[in-house]
Amino acid sequence: MSDKKCLLRADNLNVYYGSIHAIKDVSFHVDEGEIVTLIGANGAGKTTTLNTVAGLMKPKSGTVTFDGKVISGIPADRIVSLGMALCPEGRRIFQHMTVRENLEMGGYSRPGSEIEDSIEQVFQRFPRLKERRKQIAGTLSGGEQQMLAMSRALMSKPKLMMLDEPSMGLAPILVDQIFDIIKELHQAGTTILLVEQNARKALQVADRAYVLETGSVTLSGTGAELASSDSVRKAYLGG
Amino acid sequence: MTMFLSNLISGISLGSVYAIIALGYTMVYGIAKMLNFAHGDIIMVGAYICFTCLYSLGLSPAVGVLASVMVCTLLGILIERLAYKPLRQATSLAVLITAIGMSYFLQNLAQMIWGANPKSFQTVIPAGNLSIMGGELKISYVSMVTIAASVVVMVALSLFVGRTKMGRAMRCVSEDKGAAQLMGVNVNLTISVTFAIGSALAAIAGVLMCSAYPTLKPTTGAMPGIKAFTAAVFGGIGSIPGAMLGGILLGVIEILGRAYVSSELGDAFVFAVLILVLLIKPTGLLGKKIHEKV
Repeated sequence: MSDKKCLLRADNLNVYYGSIHAIKDVSFHVDEGEIVTLIGANGAGKTTTLNTVAGLMKPKSGTVTFDGKVISGIPADRIVSLGMALCPEGRRIFQHMTVRENLEMGGYSRPGSEIEDSIEQVFQRFPRLKERRKQIAGTLSGGEQQMLAMSRALMSKPKLMMLDEPSMGLAPILVDQIFDIIKELHQAGTTILLVEQNARKALQVADRAYVLETGSVTLSGTGAELASSDSVRKAYLGG
Repeated sequence: MTMFLSNLISGISLGSVYAIIALGYTMVYGIAKMLNFAHGDIIMVGAYICFTCLYSLGLSPAVGVLASVMVCTLLGILIERLAYKPLRQATSLAVLITAIGMSYFLQNLAQMIWGANPKSFQTVIPAGNLSIMGGELKISYVSMVTIAASVVVMVALSLFVGRTKMGRAMRCVSEDKGAAQLMGVNVNLTISVTFAIGSALAAIAGVLMCSAYPTLKPTTGAMPGIKAFTAAVFGGIGSIPGAMLGGILLGVIEILGRAYVSSELGDAFVFAVLILVLLIKPTGLLGKKIHEKV
């Protein structure tokens, strides 16, 4: 940890939904070049944590530091251009726009002249999206929509890519594909913070992992450590 | 036959005004997810500003129209900032009631400034007719200018929303505010721009309407406001082409209803259409069904 640069750091985050204390004193960090995963059951606060980091929600207390700058309190639309992208839960692509327009929106924070090259890169990586570039995004299949959502997030050229449940609702073969893409992105130099309910897969690719339970971090360690931990195996890996 | 054509043209002309107003309703609804019932009263303010420029200050019609557009644009932004923005997280009922309150506030403010007596608004468009078909069919310049203006407005707006970066951002905000923010879209700015455009359109509608129906009083905007809202729902609220289509159809239905069925029941036809549409196709003619994929 000491020789690597810390890219993202959350310190004692507390987040409320009205009077519900959703995130309690959560702290974690992601070093440059790592894949870090947050695992936990439904309602443990994984999505809330990501949304808070991305600036969609404000923490009541605690700080988020990204790339040496405190970003908690800065609205989401200004955080994007600092180099952080969130591919949100449920994909949330723009259903009524074309595939290409979705990608253009992904590059909204960048100068217009650079967008074309990035779209070309996306099309090279995902020829399927190129074939469907003029299609209305809402008519894509689930797997294609996830590809589009990830590509859209990549269009902002993020240093840190946060993925919220990228494998949700996908057939097993597509889940494998999504994880292959995550590995590829990582090899290409993108730091990744991954939230997954598919803990087995997530721990396989992750350098380090945190376990969230009802809003608090209860365990942390390397992916392999957690995968072999008894309590994690019982609770999240089906024995 | 010429009678019918003449009615049809006045219907399209009236409908064009409804369409321009409905565009403001539908854009604000699409982006801020609220019904801005004060929108109709912006029309009235626009007409009064133009009236004041022409009669009290003796300025030219062009300056009057420009001033009215500018004042209404600022007014729209101001209303959003002061009255609606603090309610961004509130229930939709609270926002709706605030909008109705804003509507009465504007009417009373106008009454304070300009008095309750109707003013006779003289047209900014030269009076007179174009005779065609050997003089049998007369089309007033007001109708022609109104229809032409609405075509220009619609084309310009479609290009803006379809082709520009801000337009694209607006479409994103209307689909998913959170996702739009994650792309780097400043949602508050987008909402302000929407109110600005809607209010500028309302000013144009106000001047056009008062040129055709030249009485101006503080409640002038109320009825066309409600009808334009009906037009927006008719066409499918949130849809820009829907507002255009709904507005024009509604104007035609109103005028033809007045001419051929009963001149007293013109307004009733308009609202009967609303009820029918809501019964048969609740999303409106061009409205999109909201489907959510998980």
